[in-house]
Amino acid sequence: MTVLIQFIVGIVFGLGLLLSGMSNPEKVLNFLDLAAIRTGGWDPSLILVMAGAVGVTLAGFRLVFRRQRPLLGDRFHLPPPPTLDWRIATGPAVFGIGWGLAGICPGPAFVALGYGSPAIVLFVVAMMIGIAAARMLASRQPSLTAALPE
Amino acid sequence: MITESTALTALAGGALIGVAAVMLMGLTGRIAGVSGIAAQMLPPWDGAVAGRFAFVAGLVVATLVVRVTTGSLPPLTLEAGPIALVAAGLLVGFGAVWGNGCTSGHGVCGIASLSPRSIVATLVFMATAVATTFLVRHVM
Repeated sequence: MTVLIQFIVGIVFGLGLLLSGMSNPEKVLNFLDLAAIRTGGWDPSLILVMAGAVGVTLAGFRLVFRRQRPLLGDRFHLPPPPTLDWRIATGPAVFGIGWGLAGICPGPAFVALGYGSPAIVLFVVAMMIGIAAARMLASRQPSLTAALPE
Repeated sequence: MITESTALTALAGGALIGVAAVMLMGLTGRIAGVSGIAAQMLPPWDGAVAGRFAFVAGLVVATLVVRVTTGSLPPLTLEAGPIALVAAGLLVGFGAVWGNGCTSGHGVCGIASLSPRSIVATLVFMATAVATTFLVRHVM
C-alpha cells in the first residue's frame, strides 16, 4: 500500500516538474542567467515554481503536523536538528556548481529519463556515482552519518 | 534559446510539487527530497527501499502520463555536452548528499519547514548556480 502511494506521489511530483517547466534544463538556465535580465532573455518562471511549491507545502505541513504520526506510518522521519556545520555550506556550493553547469537537479533528472535520451542517462549515472561517493565519505565520519538525508 | 516566461503553469506546477511533498509527509512521514531518496536507493538497504524505487519510478512514469494524455512532451533542451553533463552529474549528486538535500529537500520542504539550515543551503546553491551559469554562458 505504502509503495503504491509512493509511486503515485512520484507521478504527482513529476507532473508538477513537467507542468512547471522545471524539467527543461534550458528553462532553468534561463532563470539562473541573471545577466540576461538586461538583454531580455531572462525567464523568471522558476520563482513562481518555488512560490507555488513552498506555499502549498508550508500550509500543508501545518495540517499534517497536527497529527501525532503519518496516516500510513509509525512516525515522521524528520531531518536532524538544525545545526550549521561546514557541510551545510560546502555541499550546497558544490551542488549549485553542478546545477549551473547543466541546468539539471535530481528530480528533473529522473523525470527526464522518461524522454529516453542517452545524454540524460549519462547524467543520471554520473549523479548516482556522485551520491555514492558522498555517502561513502560521510560514512567514514561516524559523527556525520546520522545526518544523511531521509 | 529564449524560453517564454510561463507564470500560470509555473505556479500550478509548483503547487503540484507542493501537493506531492505534503502527501508524502502526511501519508508516509517522509521528506520529498529527491537526492535523499536517491541516496537511500543504494545499498545497504532498509525496509523502506521499495517505496523509494516506487517514488523514482513515478517520476519517470509522469512523462508517460503526459505523453498519453496530451499526445506530446514539453521540450527538453540540453546546452551541456557529454563531458559537462558527466561533471555536472557528479557535482550535483555529491553536493546534494554532502549538503543533506537539493532543490526539493532544502528548497521546497526545508524552506516550508522554516529550517535555517535549508534556507542557508538554498541561498548558497542559488548563488553558486547563478555564478556558474554566468561563467559558462558569458565568460567561457
